[in-house]
Amino acid sequence: MDRRSRTRRAWALLPAIALLATACAGGGATQAPTRVPTTDAPASGPASEGPASQEPASEAPASEAPASEEPASEGPASDEPASVAPSSDGSLPSGMPAEVGEGEGEVRILAWPGYVEDGSTDPEVDWVTEFEGATGCEVSFDVFGTSDEAFNLFKDGDYDVISASGDASGRLYEGGYVAPVNVDLVPNYADVVDALKDQPYNTFGGVHYGIPHGRGANLLMWRTDVVDPAPDSWTAVFDPESPYAGQVTAYDAAIYIADAAVVLMTTQPELGITDPYALDEAQFAAAVDLARQQRPLISEYWSDYTREMASFANQDSVIGTTWQIIVNLLQAEDPPVPVEAIKPVEGSTGWSDTWMVRADAAHPNCAYMWLDYVVSPQTQASIAEWFGEAPANIAACDLTADPEHCDIFHADDDAYWEDVYYWTTPSVECLDGRGPICKGFDEWLNAWTEIKG
Amino acid sequence: MNALYARPRSVASLLMAAPLTWLVVVYLGSLALLLVSAFWTYSAATDTIDTTPSLVNFGEIIASSTFRTIALRTMGMAALVTLTTAIIAFPIAYYMARVASHRVRGLLVVAILLPLWASYVVKVYAWRIILSEQGILNWSLEPLGVSGPGYGDVALWLVFTYLWLPYMILPIYAGLERIPTGLLEASSDLGARGRQTFRRIILPLAFPAVVAGSIFTFSLTLGDYIAPSLITSTQFLGNVIFSQLGAAGDLPLAAALGTIPVVLMIIYLLAARRLGAFEAL
Repeated sequence: MDRRSRTRRAWALLPAIALLATACAGGGATQAPTRVPTTDAPASGPASEGPASQEPASEAPASEAPASEEPASEGPASDEPASVAPSSDGSLPSGMPAEVGEGEGEVRILAWPGYVEDGSTDPEVDWVTEFEGATGCEVSFDVFGTSDEAFNLFKDGDYDVISASGDASGRLYEGGYVAPVNVDLVPNYADVVDALKDQPYNTFGGVHYGIPHGRGANLLMWRTDVVDPAPDSWTAVFDPESPYAGQVTAYDAAIYIADAAVVLMTTQPELGITDPYALDEAQFAAAVDLARQQRPLISEYWSDYTREMASFANQDSVIGTTWQIIVNLLQAEDPPVPVEAIKPVEGSTGWSDTWMVRADAAHPNCAYMWLDYVVSPQTQASIAEWFGEAPANIAACDLTADPEHCDIFHADDDAYWEDVYYWTTPSVECLDGRGPICKGFDEWLNAWTEIKG
Repeated sequence: MNALYARPRSVASLLMAAPLTWLVVVYLGSLALLLVSAFWTYSAATDTIDTTPSLVNFGEIIASSTFRTIALRTMGMAALVTLTTAIIAFPIAYYMARVASHRVRGLLVVAILLPLWASYVVKVYAWRIILSEQGILNWSLEPLGVSGPGYGDVALWLVFTYLWLPYMILPIYAGLERIPTGLLEASSDLGARGRQTFRRIILPLAFPAVVAGSIFTFSLTLGDYIAPSLITSTQFLGNVIFSQLGAAGDLPLAAALGTIPVVLMIIYLLAARRLGAFEAL
């Protein structure tokens, strides 16, 4: 009897420990909280008293957004529902506002890190406060590390605006999550370089779904004190005999398979890859093989740019994919981390981002104000220099602190972008028009899970 | 008030209503939803979920060698971590329960509980720094001409062992402390040597406590995804569940993957019962 009751008391400890365990695990699972700027300065802009005057069009329920009412076809975006195309009598497609009313006092933004800065990263880097002052729209924002994360956050969240790369914008449109954008309400759209207008990742069925933000290439970065000689080709991170095995890094997303495809375009031209996002059975298998062969060389994959920075600072990684902003931040550290980056000879994957508006946005007027503000010359200059990319608005080039910035980043140099393949969502219907023989994005995701092992 | 006073049962049920609702709705309800949604199917082409019950997800998991490897790897890691923590925890718990003075015992309990007060993520990040190429581990091993494991599965094993050790020590300590001294004295009086007493008296009596601890270490390792995502590039069950939800948006497949740890734990508990671990209850 004695033993029984004693053991029972021992077991009674368990629930307490279990509680502790769940508490600890719960704390760990907490993801990055919403960052709400602490600036509580009173809005100097037009205060939104009374109901904002909204056009009926902008109040159209989300269900009228295109593509949401019918299963998205696997075909190309050409077979649009006729209702979204601008009709001949000049009326606007449903969901597209005819004018921007008074601000709602708030706007919620989902963006790549570095696109929305309110001085919390670096007190000098702040273009949100000015916007809040000018429009009275209080900005709250979240950042994401991959397009996949962005897509799912936007799908389930209550954001008004998103900076979507091409591998998210197509999915957002297909799912009916974004509204057509009336570019006439965004005066600064006029100054956007032509090469970025009416592209397959921001215009669907002849209707604009967003405002181009800017573009950049994924670069090859290396530590100059370790890697010698300096690489000029992506093969440096795919070579099984690489002297830097175990210290290579790569981007942790299915879209990285396209980076392997870009290499194959040069090393195995017989595969006939013309678009790294349009891969048929054989091409896809070759790209996946190359990525799998790279697996043992990897120290760790990255999607959180702060972790990639730590990795390079600690020499856990010495060579691999990067963004220009990471190079800039590492070189700005004290003492500077000795890194350099280039666009290798094969060309590169890259991004061309689009600001999109949610189909049932709670703050559509503030959203349009943000769209116009974010592509205004001064903001574009600030973002382009901070993030290290080419601005979409060519007028920004006169305002950058470094007058050479637009030349360095080839803002208006179409030749440079010829071998930069902007992230695009792969689909069964080949993006290069070969018919329905390509691998869809779900197969890319599965392959990526399998590559990581 | 008086009416209630006369009905102690009503009072009891009223008092229990809130916690019971919590348990049934939040705890068991979400588990039930997990099980149900595992039988749904997700279509990537249309980004919709079809709620007609089917076994598609389970078929996909069984057919995929990747998922199989990941499930086995997770299980192997959980078993290894459990074994390691048990080996480390037993002597510590024994010292605390049977050897240490009252004062030392108190200090040790605090020392073991203290890390539990720190945030889990902070601890994992601390290990990242320790294990990094230019970290303190490599620095201290350098004079010996060897280098640490770097990031990877070995490092993860170390981190898990560190993280879950208290959950193993505390149950064993409680179990050992409650073995009556009289039994040990009797064993000694009957001529048993120290080793014999340990093997035939202490170990059998403490075994249920070890199993209790192992349930924690095993299940915590099975379910964790933050430590693997920070420490290693190989994937564990938690990581694929997260990427199915986060990147692919495939809730049903994630739910089906989520049932694997549940099934494993049920098998584990049944095996533990067969081993006689619950007879003491």
